[in-house]
Amino acid sequence: MHLGFLTIFWRDMLRFYRFKTLLISSLVQPALWMAFFGIAMSSNFNRFTSEIPPLPGVPTVDYLTFMAAGVIAMTTLFTNLFGGMSLLFDKNWGLMREIFASPLPRNHIIFGIALSGMTKSFIQAIIIMVFGILIGAQFFFGYTAIETFLAILGILLFVAVFSLGFLFLSAAIAISLESPEGMQGIMTLLTMPIFFASNALYPIDAFPPALQALSLINPLTYLVTGIRYFAIGGDFQAIGIHYQFTPIQIVFAFLFLVGFAAIMFAIAWWRFRKAVVT
Amino acid sequence: MSAPIISVRDLFHRYGDFTAVDGISFEVSEGEIFSFLGPNGAGKSTAINVLITLLPLQQGSATVAGFHVAKDPERVRESIGIVFQDVTLDRDMTCREILEFHGHLYKMPNAERKERIEELLALVQLEGKQDTRTKNLSGGMKRRLEIARGLMTRPRVLFLDEPTIGLDPQTRMRMWEYIKAVNREGTTIFLTTHYMDEADHLSDRISIIDKGQIIATGTPAELKNTLGEDLIYLETSDGAGTRKILSDMDMVKHITQKPNGIVAMLNGDGTKILPMIIEALSLEGIRVNAVNLKKPSMDDVFVHYTGRELRDEGAEKPSTAVTRAGRR
Ligand SMILES: Nc1ncnc2c1ncn2[C@@H]1O[C@H](COP(=O)(O)OP(=O)(O)OP(=O)(O)O)[C@@H](O)[C@H]1O
Ligand SMILES: [Mg+2]
Repeated sequence: MHLGFLTIFWRDMLRFYRFKTLLISSLVQPALWMAFFGIAMSSNFNRFTSEIPPLPGVPTVDYLTFMAAGVIAMTTLFTNLFGGMSLLFDKNWGLMREIFASPLPRNHIIFGIALSGMTKSFIQAIIIMVFGILIGAQFFFGYTAIETFLAILGILLFVAVFSLGFLFLSAAIAISLESPEGMQGIMTLLTMPIFFASNALYPIDAFPPALQALSLINPLTYLVTGIRYFAIGGDFQAIGIHYQFTPIQIVFAFLFLVGFAAIMFAIAWWRFRKAVVT
Repeated sequence: MSAPIISVRDLFHRYGDFTAVDGISFEVSEGEIFSFLGPNGAGKSTAINVLITLLPLQQGSATVAGFHVAKDPERVRESIGIVFQDVTLDRDMTCREILEFHGHLYKMPNAERKERIEELLALVQLEGKQDTRTKNLSGGMKRRLEIARGLMTRPRVLFLDEPTIGLDPQTRMRMWEYIKAVNREGTTIFLTTHYMDEADHLSDRISIIDKGQIIATGTPAELKNTLGEDLIYLETSDGAGTRKILSDMDMVKHITQKPNGIVAMLNGDGTKILPMIIEALSLEGIRVNAVNLKKPSMDDVFVHYTGRELRDEGAEKPSTAVTRAGRR
């Protein structure tokens, strides 16, 4: 097997590690979200929802716990949506010509960069989980050690597939564009609807139908669902809403993300095959 | 002679309606230094990019190291090294990392890769800079690093697209030495340049390319000799007599009077005509005090073939082009 994608991966991680500001900001940023947004919002939400009588027999989780899953998902989204940017810089000012003129099959560029996005997302997800638990998120509450371990694996599995999908998308956009500004613009356009038309920070039950439909084809929604299932459980209430996930729903969510990643890969591969860099 | 290592037949390349390469054919033999000499926009980089498989082959045929660029691009890629026209380095990787990355891209075995890196860092005299990030290298060092990278896989052909652009005169000379050294070890070199002196100094053979077409091919000496416009400077005991004798010879095209002597422009090979002139003069009893034979420069050759001076979009004179490039 050609392990060329590891070369691309190695080099991208090298840059990640070398740019200390990039490294530190990408690690600190999710923690800051948890610290400021999480704590601020949870004190509000907890007050609004304290009036609502809890359903008997269903475990209640506070807002911080509820939104921590959303912050993991959001961070994964941002990291990977912007993960293809390095390809654009490489194309304009860096090594892309060398890579394109080498015998390395082009899909390895896509795999390599996706693997690096995935690795960064793992690191960030773990940081958020640890930091979240430190400031009071009740993740893995009442789990045994084995259960906790499996739950973390489950979360990372969801994060992995999701990050692949968005990195493929990001790579496809990067290789098709000329300017980083253009890419920045497209990314900003994409993040808004993806982030807000999802269940990351609030429930989607009260959305108007159009927005709800949008949120149901939004991969972020399925990532958040997966994370909540593994971190909190299949039956809990938060902000006055009763959440129930069956294993079938979780499998569906996972398959949805796999399908999304597969389609995005097909698009990226098509763009890469067509790309000419001179 | 062995089969050509690069063989191009009727190659065209268009960008939309614009024809950048307009039907070129040429061959390069193994071990040669072959140059494309032409002004900006002549189509040199476009032709190179087709040969190195970065641009698709639109029309015509091209083989490199025995492999067809469209049918067997993988094999072509494995056989060549490339130094691109623009610097293609990652500013934040060190010299060693740049070479490591390249070795990995080409699946070089670990031991061989390490050994080759040492060798090449020594060849281009960058041992002391191996852990320096490329953004902290001088222009010449960057170019040397890129040449080292192009040589990592011991390619059969090394493509150099304007290798000395933007380098100072000393660095250019050293660059030329590297290129010659690499060539002596058996690597065929294909280079493009718009510097007359570079093509002249380095090449075994040159193709002059203009507006997408090859307008002349030959060794530097051939190109200059077919022009047959050698210049002779003579100081003699009898200026008027000399002028008369020279103007009666049909190999002499034109005579110019200089303060102490005469410059004659020949329409033949000066190395052969000069003895005849001296003989004719001595038959008339005229003594030759000083003589100087000057070969026409590549600049003269270029003007002859294109009807224009080598231009940077029009007006620029060749002499200024060269000095300006030197200062850059
Ligand atoms: N991607 C492109 N799209 C459209 N036209 C192009 C493209 N690349 C090059 N050209 C045009 O093709 C012509 C040949 O360009 P090319 O880069 O091959 O010239 P060159 O001989 O390498 O010149 P230089 O010495 O400046 O590098 C030029 O007129 C250029 O404007
Ligand atoms: Mg060029």
